[in-house]
Amino acid sequence: MEADYTIIGGGVVGLSVAWGLLNKGRRVIVLDGDDGSFRASRGNFGLVWVQSKGMKQPRYASWSQTSAAAWRGFANHLADATGRDVGLEQNGGYDLHFSEESLAARVEEYEGLKAKLGGDYPYEVLGHNALRKEEPAIGPKVIGAILHHQDGHANPLRLLKALADDVRRLGGQVLTGKMVTDVTKNDGFTVTCADGTVVTSAKVILSAGLGAMALGPKLGFIAPIRAQRGQVLITEKLPKMINRPSLIARQVDEGGIQIGATNEEVGLDDRVTQPGLSGLAAKAIAAFPALARAQLVRSWGALRVLSPDGLPIYQQSETMPGAYLVTCHSGITLAAAHATILPEWLEGTDKAPDLEVFSEQRFAV
Amino acid sequence: MNNALPFKDLGEGRAYVAVTFAGQELRLPEGANLAAALLAAGVTTFRHTSASGAPRGPFCMMGACFDCLVEVDGISRQACMMEVSAGLILSMPQAGER
Repeated sequence: MEADYTIIGGGVVGLSVAWGLLNKGRRVIVLDGDDGSFRASRGNFGLVWVQSKGMKQPRYASWSQTSAAAWRGFANHLADATGRDVGLEQNGGYDLHFSEESLAARVEEYEGLKAKLGGDYPYEVLGHNALRKEEPAIGPKVIGAILHHQDGHANPLRLLKALADDVRRLGGQVLTGKMVTDVTKNDGFTVTCADGTVVTSAKVILSAGLGAMALGPKLGFIAPIRAQRGQVLITEKLPKMINRPSLIARQVDEGGIQIGATNEEVGLDDRVTQPGLSGLAAKAIAAFPALARAQLVRSWGALRVLSPDGLPIYQQSETMPGAYLVTCHSGITLAAAHATILPEWLEGTDKAPDLEVFSEQRFAV
Repeated sequence: MNNALPFKDLGEGRAYVAVTFAGQELRLPEGANLAAALLAAGVTTFRHTSASGAPRGPFCMMGACFDCLVEVDGISRQACMMEVSAGLILSMPQAGER
């Protein structure tokens, strides 16, 4: 057996788990796909986000909170090990509103969730004037915002790079350009790739994003995931004009303003569209009018990895014990939990978190 | 023309016209690629980055890298995607805001 774990998928989710297992002394092989793969880790919005998650399932909200709270230590650990600053800022984030009705409705939802979380949901409502004190560039159409103090953002590309560096430094093998075609189990697992590569390990983790749609059933999972497209834009690098991130726009650590994002059910199509980009630009300008003069540098589409209820799936295979499905929409937010807590669950230690609500049981009919 | 520079003026018989860059008047060949003409005229720093203030100039010369930005009428433009025209007034992007 070459390794304790083979991890199928070398994006932020797979590498976070790999990093956590390596730090616990496990031997790990990561199989990364190729440039034809849909790489959410290279196209996402970079939020480390708590608010609005888990409206119908408080455990998802608290799991996101757990990860957000672990993020600073995780980022510091990565920076010490690799010299790479992943640009983490956790000074809060906004849900911007253009109507009193939508703001009031959202506050009512948050109050319900806050009660279910035992009061741990630190947010405040800012009217237009209070918001403008925090964000002088905010436009007159924004009537107010919810400022949630557990929100923040990071530089997702530098996170990916730091994780890939450190997984190798810790002795993990990262094999790139590997399209997994088959997984079988006898004594241990044998994973076969399209190019003929074969690796063996005691356990297998499937964290291949949308790749799990095809591979999941081979390992005994339902893996009911789908793609949802998000188009995003990024401007030229500008002087500091946005202090805190929102779902509409965030100013990245390098100065560019990332504008997001569409939610489109278009299958495995990651192209951009003119109406999609125009709509995003118009909304961003409504929020921050000075953006009307900003030059756009790039636009792209990326595909979210969504389960039917939007929650992560953490499931050990019933037909192939030792195989685990780890998949989620919010790989950046959950990176710290995946790196520091999920390994306890994979290893079955007494520190394992209760992840029962995230099992595939919820999809059984 | 500054012979210490690695850039050669390829005026190619064009008429030279007045262009202002960061308050300095230059004579550049009309219709030439603006980034190339500025480099040949001795301008190597087109701007300073808004994040760190580091100097930047043309890198890719094909519209991809966005390092050759100059400001025209308050809007950042890629110099490598523009031509020299008479009376062009260029400034360094966000120079007044840093």
